Amino acid sequence: MTTEQTEATPDEGPAPALSETELAAMAPEVLANSLSEYLLALWRRVKGGESGMLPIILGLVAIVVFFQIERSSFLTNGNLVNLFEEAAIYVVLGAAETFVLLLSEIDLSIGYGAGVGAFVIAEMIAPPINFPWWLGILIGVAVVGFLGLIQGTLVTRLGLPSFIVTLGGQLAFLGVMELIANADPTAVGGSIQISPSSPVYKLVLDNMSPALGWIVLAVCLVLFAGLRLNRSRSRRARGLHAEPLGVTLLTIAMVTVAGVLFVYVCNNNRSPLAVVRGVPWVIPFVLVIILAYSWLLSRTRTGRYIYAVGNNPEAARRAGIKVDRIIIFAFVMAGVTAALAGLIYESTQSSMATDIDGGQLVLFAVAAAVIGGTALFGGRGRMVNALLGGLIIAVVYDGLALMGVAVAVENIATAIVLIAAVALDAVVRRRSSTR
Amino acid sequence: MTTTEGNGALLSLRGVKKHFGPVQALSDVTLDIPAGQVTALAGDNGAGKSVTIKTIAGLWSPDGGEILWDGKPVHLSGPRAAEALGIKTIYQDLALCDNLDIVQNMFLGHEHLAHRLLDEDSMETKARETLKELRVTTVRSIRQPVASLSGGQRQSVAVAKAVMANAKLVIMDEPTAALGVSQTRMVLELIKRLAAGGVAVMLVSHNLNDVFEVADRIAVMYLGRLVVQGPVSEFTPQTAVEYMTTGTAKHAVQAA
Repeated sequence: MTTEQTEATPDEGPAPALSETELAAMAPEVLANSLSEYLLALWRRVKGGESGMLPIILGLVAIVVFFQIERSSFLTNGNLVNLFEEAAIYVVLGAAETFVLLLSEIDLSIGYGAGVGAFVIAEMIAPPINFPWWLGILIGVAVVGFLGLIQGTLVTRLGLPSFIVTLGGQLAFLGVMELIANADPTAVGGSIQISPSSPVYKLVLDNMSPALGWIVLAVCLVLFAGLRLNRSRSRRARGLHAEPLGVTLLTIAMVTVAGVLFVYVCNNNRSPLAVVRGVPWVIPFVLVIILAYSWLLSRTRTGRYIYAVGNNPEAARRAGIKVDRIIIFAFVMAGVTAALAGLIYESTQSSMATDIDGGQLVLFAVAAAVIGGTALFGGRGRMVNALLGGLIIAVVYDGLALMGVAVAVENIATAIVLIAAVALDAVVRRRSSTR
Repeated sequence: MTTTEGNGALLSLRGVKKHFGPVQALSDVTLDIPAGQVTALAGDNGAGKSVTIKTIAGLWSPDGGEILWDGKPVHLSGPRAAEALGIKTIYQDLALCDNLDIVQNMFLGHEHLAHRLLDEDSMETKARETLKELRVTTVRSIRQPVASLSGGQRQSVAVAKAVMANAKLVIMDEPTAALGVSQTRMVLELIKRLAAGGVAVMLVSHNLNDVFEVADRIAVMYLGRLVVQGPVSEFTPQTAVEYMTTGTAKHAVQAA
């Protein structure tokens, strides 16, 4: 029994005197008590422009279907795993950009931030320094996080536009990267190799054993189902409105099916020459990043404040939130995350060179976040948007490559997807605001 | 009639002065705001209403005079000091975050934590209780974003936020200015219930209909001076308008 139910029928409610006039002000949202009501309410929200996820998932499915019709090799497990590996860097860069976009700021430096991070990591774990891989990663992350701290401080303390500060950062970080390469005599031609025995190398280029993949999946599914059911139960016990049990079970079932399919695809042999099977390590790596960041945004005070500052900095300030600190934190997180993207980049290349195109990477970062549904003007967006957006970019590039389309056309096609995603969002938004 | 009945008041201004350069914005403002009552502050544009509420909210410190809280002189060094006493000002912009839901807005800056994480269930329970006390019953779900609420509902959320922060004095700046008829009624009812709950309410309004409907006391400002204050029974709309436009009234009703 929930209070909403009594409120929904004002005649039984505590304040019938006001109900008629107040009913006129009733918000259109409907609360559901069963699965079918929930689906209906969900559909209304999508039509009203409130739920950003469904149109994006449908768009992704449509693009996948298109490529599958054009090229039957698209949905082979070899190509799918390849596609996930390609998506990894877009997703992580998109997550980096999401932190600043939520504050209606932008960070144009994260492409070369990734470059600096990758170079620092590569230098730390290679001779002559030979630090352990985890220390190398830690130092790389700290360095780029510090660069983010500088940028965030310039944006907040001096009140400079982040567009300009990070545009300067883009150029400066390119210079920093080249300085590191020049200082190292072993980096021949600005390129430094990653040892195949290093976990940094194995991140993208090595796989979990098929058995380990299944075990990890099973543990994750049990945890997920347990947490969801427990949450639903505890809310009911406290008399709070919980989603219908049917919805919880359906969600768990869908996640289970998706997980099993995913591990199944990865565990099949995907090479015609040798046996290559198993989930690439980079995939759990990316998923852990997205989960951790989602948790940060939705379960911690800092995350809540990021949304508040992004929507209404003045209200946040009056609520006692230290707005500057939140903005600086976001730039630090963008830097930290950029370094992790750099790690994925150098693992894909099995080396790190100064020819990394940080300018293009940052465009993918913004595109991944925005295609996924994160707003450019702050306060709206989630980490899962970057996951979907990054996946869409990878699907478009991968599919067009399979079709033998020139790179120039690939770029144009991705641009069209980006504009289409923003246009769709703008149209839905306009309709919901004139409602 | 301009005499103050002082001692029981929660907040009293005594001869408060404020000037900005050569402009005397407030001269000798003496005003009492008792607990459990709605005090309407009326006046034409430029009469000094805004300066008065900003002084009470701690945004501007007075150049002279005294502010008494529960009979004791206080120094309001800033908005934080005012809020610490229990003075909560609801400006016209309401300071809500459209992208956050009702619960999240009500607890913004004062979130409940459990194991250093947001305790949503505890916040939701508390928010529900507060809204119920205020009989804000029109919102379907307290988990809907504030962007989807009507003007009156948004005003209700802002009031509930103040109540939950244990405000003893709630200052509302033109709460009905942008609202339609039914929404206005809803907000006025809310103001009455707020006062009935023991909170001192200070209502700044141009709208004399609202003032006479909801206020227990009326105070009128004219050119930076507080020209009259007293129970609403001592005023008629005609005398109130006269005070507001000329600073004095020829046909004042005798005190009841």
